[in-house]
Amino acid sequence: MSEPILQVRNLVKHFPLTQGILFKKQIGAVKAVDGISFDLYPGETLGIVGESGCGKSTVAKLLMNLEQATSGEVFYKGQDITRLSGRALKAVRRNIQMVFQDPYTSLNPRMTVGDIIGEPFDIHPEVAPKGDRRKRVQDLLDVVGLNPEYINRYPHQFSGGQRQRIGIARGLALNPEVIICDEPVSALDVSVQAQVVNLMEKLQDEFGLSYIFIAHDLSIVRHISDRVGVMYLGKMAEIGTDAEIYEHPTHPYTQALLSAVPVPDPEAREKRERIILTGDVPSPANPPSGCRFRTRCWKAQDICAKEVPLLAVPSVFADRDTPAAHESACHFAEDGTAAA
Amino acid sequence: MPDLTDATTATGTAVPDAATAATVPAGQREKTRSLAGDAWRDLSRKPMFYISGLLILFLIVIAIWPSVIASGNPLACDLAKSQMGPTGGHPFGFDTQGCDVYTRTVYGARDSVAVGILTTLGATLLGSLLGGLAGFFGGFWDSLISMVSNIFFGIPILLGGVVFLSVVKGGSVGTVTLFMVLLGWPQIARIARGAVITAKQQDYVQAARALGAGNTRMLLRHILPNALAPIIVVATIALGTYISLEATLSFLGVGLKPPAVSWGIDISQASNQIRNAPHMLLWPAGALSVTVLAFIMLGDAVRDALDPKLR
Repeated sequence: MSEPILQVRNLVKHFPLTQGILFKKQIGAVKAVDGISFDLYPGETLGIVGESGCGKSTVAKLLMNLEQATSGEVFYKGQDITRLSGRALKAVRRNIQMVFQDPYTSLNPRMTVGDIIGEPFDIHPEVAPKGDRRKRVQDLLDVVGLNPEYINRYPHQFSGGQRQRIGIARGLALNPEVIICDEPVSALDVSVQAQVVNLMEKLQDEFGLSYIFIAHDLSIVRHISDRVGVMYLGKMAEIGTDAEIYEHPTHPYTQALLSAVPVPDPEAREKRERIILTGDVPSPANPPSGCRFRTRCWKAQDICAKEVPLLAVPSVFADRDTPAAHESACHFAEDGTAAA
Repeated sequence: MPDLTDATTATGTAVPDAATAATVPAGQREKTRSLAGDAWRDLSRKPMFYISGLLILFLIVIAIWPSVIASGNPLACDLAKSQMGPTGGHPFGFDTQGCDVYTRTVYGARDSVAVGILTTLGATLLGSLLGGLAGFFGGFWDSLISMVSNIFFGIPILLGGVVFLSVVKGGSVGTVTLFMVLLGWPQIARIARGAVITAKQQDYVQAARALGAGNTRMLLRHILPNALAPIIVVATIALGTYISLEATLSFLGVGLKPPAVSWGIDISQASNQIRNAPHMLLWPAGALSVTVLAFIMLGDAVRDALDPKLR
């Protein structure tokens, strides 16, 4: 495979918990993201799944530099972007763009669609000369399947799916190489979700985009992703190609997640074995020692409380040529299909 | 529908009714529109905007040139005519001192309107600047500004007025305005801070930051237009409060002082004669009410025009 376009190394974000009004004192930290590493290759889609509060959206904000990372690096073409500011950061922003979760709050209600999609050109005037902008905005509307005549309308005059297309058009305006999608379809109807996801796939082929696709819907992630990472409580539990993750999950958390996916076939549904997790997700302000999943894991033993399992190809699969040989952060990794 | 080069139906997206119905004439279609332009177009179609605008214009004209509609001298009084009702040439009657109520009401517009407008402008500008910065930047500045505004909030306005204005001994429009701005800004600052914090957390502000927008652009293009509505509402209502507060201060003898002519002074002088000579109270109080109403109507129209959802 070619050089990765984005390399994330040990990314950490702790939100301080403070006390006091004028003179604040730190009394702890919410460990929203606690040491995450992955690569993104040109033209691929990396899906990131996990339940609510596991830090997916914080990862997106860190990659966009909307939050300052506590530690760790994000390399874009070899350059660490977490410490950039001013002009250098602005230049990088041209190449990494974002599509937001909620199409109802991500568009300024007091700006016309033309102003919203044209704003990237106002901020980066070198991308499009002034006289050309209106045409560019109309082209973008056309690309995402909206009528270019709608340029003078306001966001509230559109449906949810159309608004998300406007958000995508804004993300595309600067011709970025990477688009970070933070649950881009979870606020939409199921029928509209398919349209938007298919549009995103079409645009990926057309413009050679790389996506980081954050979602909690496992089926949509499988549909669009080349590789998938599973997050739990601020850490990556398992990462691999979509076939590896969905057919041969080795981390118990992934296995439990997958067993919760609804199966449309009633007969298959009868036969399959569901893993029901007990307990709640622990607080990220006070995560369990060792493996974060151990408090809800049926395989947990003493070592899980003492040693943090590293995200690596498990030693049992290391020498074997099997789809289960992908990175998984578990002391007792085993092939989920073999176990079930 | 004329020449719709349609891309939406091709992708199967339903066009919402509102979008289809609002077909723009071909001439206007070519121009790219903006919020300010649309707001102006919206205002220019509202009768309420014209009524309140004309009233305010009229007030400003008589505040600057009262002699245009009142030929008399507001300080020329004749005790023999004390509290007399309307007569020929003196349609509003006379007050206790025997001064012409009509002339005094017309001349009173200047100081009352000046105090009201200047205080509103000052308090709104200072309040939204400080409150907005506190809300936008947060952290230390937020704590500091909130604390200072809470201290000012704690000062009872009348007690503060008596102390401040008796120490300064001004009694002019300038000192009264200064005092009222000083005690009035925290109210606006509180509203502005809340509105800016609400707007700041919206995804579209994050989206602008992700595009590389600077603080100025985010404040002016995204946060200000969305935080303006509550500020306008509070400021227009506060304008009426300020004019009546000036009246109260004048009544206590620490605000504007005779020979200054203001509605506040006349209302306070008339209020204990209301059973003998109601006309003395009616006219300046009526003028005050109409003024406040005009500003509230204008604020209402502007706020609605700035909200595309109400169009």
